[in-house]
Amino acid sequence: MRSNGKKKVTKAKPKTTIAGAAPDWQKTPEDRYSLRLYVTGATPNSVRAIQNIKSICAEYLDGRYDVEIIDVYKQPSLAKGEQIVATPTLVKVLPLPLRRLVGDLSQRDSVLLGLDLVPKK
Amino acid sequence: MLRKKRKTETRSGNGLAKSPTGIAGLDEITNGGIPRGRPTLVCGGAGSGKTLFAIEFLVRGAVEFGEPGVFIAFEETADELAKNVRSLGFDLDKLSRQKKLAIDYVHVERCEILESGEYDLEGLFIRIAHAVKSIGAKRIVLDTVEALFAGLSNDFILRGELRRLFRWLKDEGLTAVITAERGVSTLTRQGLEEYVSDCVILLDHRVIDQMATRRMRVVKYRGTIHGTNEYPFLIDKQGFSVLPVTGLSLEHQATSARLSSGIPELDAMLGGKGYFRGSTVLITGTPGTGKTSMAAHFVDAACRRGERCSFLAFEESESQILRNMRSIGLDLGQWLKKGLLQIKASRPTLLGLEMHLVTVHQEIEQFRPRNVVIDPITDFEAVGSHGDAKTMLLRIVDFLKSRQITAVFTSLISEDTTPGAAEVGISSLIDTWLLLRNLEQAGERNRSLYILKSRGMPHSNQIREFVLTNHGARLIKVAIGPDGIVTGSSREALQAREKSNGIANEQSRQSRRRSLDHKHTALLARLKALQSEFDAEANAVMTDIEQEGLREKHAQAQRSRLVQSRTERSRRFTPVKDDGK
Repeated sequence: MRSNGKKKVTKAKPKTTIAGAAPDWQKTPEDRYSLRLYVTGATPNSVRAIQNIKSICAEYLDGRYDVEIIDVYKQPSLAKGEQIVATPTLVKVLPLPLRRLVGDLSQRDSVLLGLDLVPKK
Repeated sequence: MLRKKRKTETRSGNGLAKSPTGIAGLDEITNGGIPRGRPTLVCGGAGSGKTLFAIEFLVRGAVEFGEPGVFIAFEETADELAKNVRSLGFDLDKLSRQKKLAIDYVHVERCEILESGEYDLEGLFIRIAHAVKSIGAKRIVLDTVEALFAGLSNDFILRGELRRLFRWLKDEGLTAVITAERGVSTLTRQGLEEYVSDCVILLDHRVIDQMATRRMRVVKYRGTIHGTNEYPFLIDKQGFSVLPVTGLSLEHQATSARLSSGIPELDAMLGGKGYFRGSTVLITGTPGTGKTSMAAHFVDAACRRGERCSFLAFEESESQILRNMRSIGLDLGQWLKKGLLQIKASRPTLLGLEMHLVTVHQEIEQFRPRNVVIDPITDFEAVGSHGDAKTMLLRIVDFLKSRQITAVFTSLISEDTTPGAAEVGISSLIDTWLLLRNLEQAGERNRSLYILKSRGMPHSNQIREFVLTNHGARLIKVAIGPDGIVTGSSREALQAREKSNGIANEQSRQSRRRSLDHKHTALLARLKALQSEFDAEANAVMTDIEQEGLREKHAQAQRSRLVQSRTERSRRFTPVKDDGK
């Protein structure tokens, strides 16, 4: 897993996949998570959000996920299509239902709730 | 310099730049528009017309002033907006295609959003910036930004971000309209007036006496003068319009052209020429004194001159007016057919005062009459309070004057009110004021008329009796009897008496003349007799004198003959000397 995701994000390439290592998606395709994280450049909130989602995914999803990080500065028209108002916003595209989480994702419990993940005891 | 578009920037005296909104009337009240490059807060309750105000600001900006605009909608989607304003003739889709307008619908739904940790509204800012950049917008609307508070729970962040947003709008030089829901005791529910403090406009829609009226007030406007009153406004087919159209100034031109009142005797009383063109005439009278008839005469005279005339009736229907006026010999139907006259009859309570104003405006815009009759204005008080009715009349008068339209209003007063007192509210607006009263005398009631005032012309101070005949109205000089003025049959009796006295006097004069003639004839006869007597005498005397002369001649001749014969005889007989001596 690459740890300097934020650097990638701010570079020209808008979509940066930081998908987990060996994906075994044939096993449970319905449980595979497709997430999009909309950030605004390298603001503290954005950086924190990226770090947080990465750590949550690594801890709970164990490779069953794709996270797309989108910099709305670079692609402002996407913000309109996705109805982005607050940033950072994490959109859970799959599995349904679609859900939005705003904030730097620092409150882990509420993030897990939003992603329908059961917190570890 | 020729300009296709209207001026996009106005400046008041102190140099504060303003952006005209293009909304009828508002630019007059604000002395040029809303502050340029600054945010303006438009607040009001539900259904007060905030969104429409905002859209009209953008559409007029784009169409009339060539300033593209961005609409950030928090409550309605672009499609809904376009549908809502299509009835007003605003084609948002077309403007969007022409890159004159960009609509961005911002959807914020609390149940879809989960908050976790710190965030900001940078996403929204980017969207706004993107929309502004895409069409080079000069104007922007945020409708209604408070929806954010419903969607996001962190007030602390929201307020900070809004402050940043408004700062950013100012930095970008965008003329912004921010709409907000009105709070219970504050201007806006979320206290946005704290952030947007350059100009605040309050819209209001309230119901008084079951009549809904819309009002607008400029609560504050930094650095410039503005109208501070509550102004009624309306939303009609043409969109938003604030009244009066002729705002705060009193600049109408006055002509000295005159036109007939339709009654020659009245024209004579008004300096011989009638009313001024573009003046406001009020006919006040107690019930049944012939106010409508007088107004109808004016209409008839106007149409006869070939001028268009609008008759706004609030008591009688069109056919009723036609029938009643036919009874005094006025055929108004012919003018209707020729299209010179338009009668608009409606109950005053049908609409609120503002809508009445609009009806008047529309009627005048469409028909373009040179003369307007409102019969009667008194009924407006049934709709609004006295003060409201007065302000409305003031606006009508202003509007009519600005267009040089001559207006005749009738107004009903009760028998016991002193003239002037009842109408004190509007008397100052009136140029020529006629008063019709009933005079009760000798068991009958007669109409009388006098001129209470008539600005700028000599006018009669006499009371005239006002008589409605089969051939129209007439004004008759009242007779002054031994007990003061007399009218009606008393006047006729007096006139008859005077006439009979006159006849008697004439007769005596004639007989005196005749006797003088007789005397003259007699005198002449006597003169003749004396002359002939004298002639006879003279004749006799002359004959006498003649005969005397003849006789004297004859005697003389005789004497000389005698002398001759004596001397011849003495010579023949004695040629002797005389010696005896």
